[in-house]
Amino acid sequence: MPPQSMFKNLFAKSPIEPIKNHMDTVTKCSELLIPFFQKCSQGHWVEADKIRKQISSLERDADSLKREIRLVLPKGLFMPMDRGELLQLVNRQDKIANTVKDISGRMYGRQLQIPLQFSDKFLLYTEQCINAVRQSQKVVHGLEELLELGFRGKEVDIITEMIMELEDIEDDTDSLQIKLRRQLLALESSLNPIDVIFLYQILEWVGSLADHAEILGTHLELMLIRS
Amino acid sequence: MEIIAHYGNLLIFFAAIVGFFMAWGIGANDVANAMGTSVGSKALTIKQAIIIAMIFEFAGAYLAGGEVTSTIRKGIINSAYFIHTPELLVYGMISALLAAGTWLLIASYYGWPVSTTHSIVGAIIGFSAVGVSVDSVEWGEVMGIVGSWVVTPLIAGWISYKIFMSSQKLIFNTSDPIKNAKKYVPFYMFLAGFVLSLVTITKGLKHVGLHFSFIESLEIAAAIGLVVAIIGRIYISTIKIDPEADQSMHYANVEKIFAALMIVTACAMAFAHGSNDVANAIGPLAAVVNIVQNNGIISGSSQLIWWILPLGGVGIILGLAIFGHRVMATIGTGITHLTPSRGFAAELSAAMTVVIASGTGLPISTTQTLVGAVLGVGMAHGIAALNLNVVRSIVISWVVTLPVGAGLSIIFFYILKAVF
Repeated sequence: MPPQSMFKNLFAKSPIEPIKNHMDTVTKCSELLIPFFQKCSQGHWVEADKIRKQISSLERDADSLKREIRLVLPKGLFMPMDRGELLQLVNRQDKIANTVKDISGRMYGRQLQIPLQFSDKFLLYTEQCINAVRQSQKVVHGLEELLELGFRGKEVDIITEMIMELEDIEDDTDSLQIKLRRQLLALESSLNPIDVIFLYQILEWVGSLADHAEILGTHLELMLIRS
Repeated sequence: MEIIAHYGNLLIFFAAIVGFFMAWGIGANDVANAMGTSVGSKALTIKQAIIIAMIFEFAGAYLAGGEVTSTIRKGIINSAYFIHTPELLVYGMISALLAAGTWLLIASYYGWPVSTTHSIVGAIIGFSAVGVSVDSVEWGEVMGIVGSWVVTPLIAGWISYKIFMSSQKLIFNTSDPIKNAKKYVPFYMFLAGFVLSLVTITKGLKHVGLHFSFIESLEIAAAIGLVVAIIGRIYISTIKIDPEADQSMHYANVEKIFAALMIVTACAMAFAHGSNDVANAIGPLAAVVNIVQNNGIISGSSQLIWWILPLGGVGIILGLAIFGHRVMATIGTGITHLTPSRGFAAELSAAMTVVIASGTGLPISTTQTLVGAVLGVGMAHGIAALNLNVVRSIVISWVVTLPVGAGLSIIFFYILKAVF
């Protein structure tokens, strides 16, 4: 048996790859909201349930990936970024998947139908929120290139630009949300009041996807500045 | 004296066998650390790494191993204490070899990472201080050696930090990394060729019978560095740049160019390792042979017997040939996250540090120097995750190996004394 090599033990498993995988899973999970909402607005609850189950299973995948990341990040690791911040980053990513799961669960559980007059704009709004998540996915993928460059130089500029774009997208979702609320207000009288309450809640939750994505970006930006 | 006249050849034979097996063990185990970086970063296949290691380990051992061998042979202990009892020095050196060999076997069995260098130095101090007299150890020299164990990883870390930062600045952080890689990588090749040949020429070639003035040495070293750089440049120009590769994986093409550089630094690393570690196996043997051949007269100025360094070199090569493949595969698979652009910085700085230590006659741990160099790249934000526990195990290995090596060699020393 060869002696254990001090040299080999020096190298720990990189956390970047699993963090990317986690973000990919989270993004995939959030992208399922579009077909899910389509089925909901058409009232196809059996198919909506199928998609909801897919969302749940992706959320579970994300959870186990999160656990895996925690395991490869023991104390005593020497990394270009702070261990605590990486864990926070993963938690933030995970919140996106959790929110998606909550949305689909609430919608399906209440068989909450999206009003037809409302559904086109609502899907557009959801799409934009998912775009924010996609953009933050791009930023997370940039971690690898940042490492390649030792967290300096031109790649930092590219990432900063991506984060600015992410903020623009988030701003856009805010104004879309305001418009949707106004529209919903106009429709309120014709709808079931309890449904209306939950529709407002769903609007908020979908919007929070973009919020989480934005915070994720800001978090990464802070990590860049500090390292 | 009589003992030496009677059993001289037997003692030499015995010491040669043990020394040879030590060299064999160094080849089988330690070389994998030195070359693992290149295998892990996929710059070389295992087979290529072994062939390079064979050639350059031998060259390093033969051409630049003399100074460290002489430190182990006569630098750690004051031979004045042995003038009337040269046989004690012979027993002692054989015990030191046996002790270090035994300790390394035990450590390998349990999988503890220990250094050959620390074992042999501890063993020599042990028999001399306890078996003969505390004053017979050149404590000043020993402090220097132990100090160098702390200093060399730090120096290697600092150099690799600088090298890595320079490569980032000159190559990665520019608008056209591929063009700049082609332009600057040959400079690093020059640096490797220049430093190694300069140390070798100024320090190592005396026993081969070549003498140069310092200016001549500089010129020859620069010429060798240039030749390396030009060959490298020609080789780099044959590398196919695949624009597709960069889309899926950033910097894939730049890494290809750095892989060419890693071939050079791998040669340098093997050379440096051979130059420093061969002494662990054959330094004590050289002492034994010298005493016996001079019929028990210990002379401080005696030259190294010609066949000693090649014997160590051959031992290392055989160890490599027989077990190197397996060990290298084990280590190479563990360090996949080290890309050529990082590996070269670590290897180049470790090789330069080790070879300079070899030139000064300091027996140091190649592995620990390389660990220091890798940490230097880590300091420059170059590596995703490093295990800092290794630093602790390095310190433990210092603290444990010295007394254990010493204790074992004391035991062997008294056994040998009783037998003869």
